Amino acid sequence: MNNLELQKRANDVRIGIVKAVHSAKAGHPGGSLSAADVFTYLYFEEMNIDPQNPDMEDRDRFVLSKGHTAPGLYATLAHRGFFPVEDLTTLRKLGSYLQGHPTIQVPGVDMASGSLGQGISAAVGMALGAKMDGKDFRVYTLLGDGEIQEGQVWEAAMFAGHRKLDNLCVIVDNNGLQIDGAVADVCSPYPIDEKFKAFNFHTINVDAHDFDALRAAFAEAKNTKGMPTCIVMHSVKGKGVSFMEGVADWHGKAPNDDEFAVAMADLEKIGAELEKAGEA
Amino acid sequence: MAEVKKIATRESYGATLKELGAEYPNLVVLDADLAASTKTGVFQKAYPDRHIDCGIAEANMMGIAAGLSLVGKIPFVSSFAMFAAGRAFEQVRNSIGYPHLNVKIGATHAGITVGEDGASHQCNEDIALMRSIPGMVVMCPADDVEARAAVRAAVEHNGPVYMRFGRAAVPVINDKPDYKFEIGKGNIVREGNDVTIVATGICVDSALGAAEKLAADGISAEVVSICTIKPLDDDLIVQSAKKTGKVVTVEEHSVIGGLGAAVCECLSANLPTPVKRLGMQDVFGESGSASDLMKKYGLDAEGVYKSVKEWL
Repeated sequence: MNNLELQKRANDVRIGIVKAVHSAKAGHPGGSLSAADVFTYLYFEEMNIDPQNPDMEDRDRFVLSKGHTAPGLYATLAHRGFFPVEDLTTLRKLGSYLQGHPTIQVPGVDMASGSLGQGISAAVGMALGAKMDGKDFRVYTLLGDGEIQEGQVWEAAMFAGHRKLDNLCVIVDNNGLQIDGAVADVCSPYPIDEKFKAFNFHTINVDAHDFDALRAAFAEAKNTKGMPTCIVMHSVKGKGVSFMEGVADWHGKAPNDDEFAVAMADLEKIGAELEKAGEA
Repeated sequence: MAEVKKIATRESYGATLKELGAEYPNLVVLDADLAASTKTGVFQKAYPDRHIDCGIAEANMMGIAAGLSLVGKIPFVSSFAMFAAGRAFEQVRNSIGYPHLNVKIGATHAGITVGEDGASHQCNEDIALMRSIPGMVVMCPADDVEARAAVRAAVEHNGPVYMRFGRAAVPVINDKPDYKFEIGKGNIVREGNDVTIVATGICVDSALGAAEKLAADGISAEVVSICTIKPLDDDLIVQSAKKTGKVVTVEEHSVIGGLGAAVCECLSANLPTPVKRLGMQDVFGESGSASDLMKKYGLDAEGVYKSVKEWL
């Protein structure tokens, strides 16, 4: 898929996120939007998965360690064909299979998550299992930059580095903001890349909203042998929605009707520009 | 009388893991730098490639086990009960219990019989913690025979299981030809009419000793051995309570949330019956030998005998 196609899909995913969170009147748009491009890249380009056969035995695995950005994952899975896009607006509602945080009952979701710091360990276990069986599927996990304040992340990193799990790719969504403010002010995780390097990871810094850069980074990760890779992805929280961009307050709240209208107008404008670029 | 054979249930655990290793090629064992103590080292020696030492990082170990189960392995995860159920509670709850994964937790060194290490390592809360997780099977075997049977039952059960093993050697009491084990089923190990003593783990032996002493005083005690605390054998407990009208519970665990609580929950719903709960009475333990501690906290045969006698 070329970059323009990926950009269009990512914009669809962003629209899905905004609609779902608005409908739920709750949820986490900021970190879902910052990761929309990487979700799109992973599910439309990178990973060996089959929406018709979500439990395919040797598929690549993805664990959303920053589970609160479930709207981003759900919107991506829906647009990739794992379940109907219309279901996104049932998010967080009583009886919906789209729970506030991912559960393994959702087609395409490989692991329940939401309690920060835990998803990476499960991903490490999957990668270890693949190695034990001599299987060549890869395991991806996405963490928040605030999430890496959790000690368990470093227990998992130490183990993955020690075991040389080169089939594991850890992605840190470095949007710089957590609930209480800037990660640098709350309890700085920086330098993120150097920390993972010290845990025997290969590290790559990348612009989270540049598909060429993402393509190169994931290729480099795949070609890195003898150690796991950590991609530190520099992103904009709330990316794509004008009033959410770079605002910590949009970590975990839903837009009201007026804000929703603005958000949709922002994203529809981007969508129209992408269509136009396609025709040119 | 011949000397009764004594084996710590953690030994039974390690030995059974090794046996199962041959039968289940997808069985893997995880430990957190305690393989010599938890006895997973026995498995490690036989199957070094399937033994994963995670280092001293129990939270991560639980998550790794979850991930392994999602790619077709049957992980047995081991540490001391304090760390498996205590330190890693939330990982067990969210990464294993919530997705109902096929992970088996073999927790050793439970209760006060850890002994000399003292209260920091004496987990008297694990049954309460694990019992509160939906879908979790909780087992606390009484002896070598039951421990071996429980580990085998765990591997055949599809879903999360918590097994509680002890450090101290305990007498073998179930070495009988008609002994049968089933998850969720208790056993009447001594019949009686005046009082029911429901016990689990190492305390089954204490209960039997107490029953012997009570018999000398003309009191007929029925002893019910409960290995599976969840799901509890409600029928057996109600049936025995109906017969005796009085129930005493004995456990090497807090009286809050453990076997005693489970029995009270069962009886209050089915057959309200007076219950006396013996165990750790909302206190921490302390350093000392296992036998001295069991004596001090009234959980040896003599202590149980006195408590029952006094209460009746």
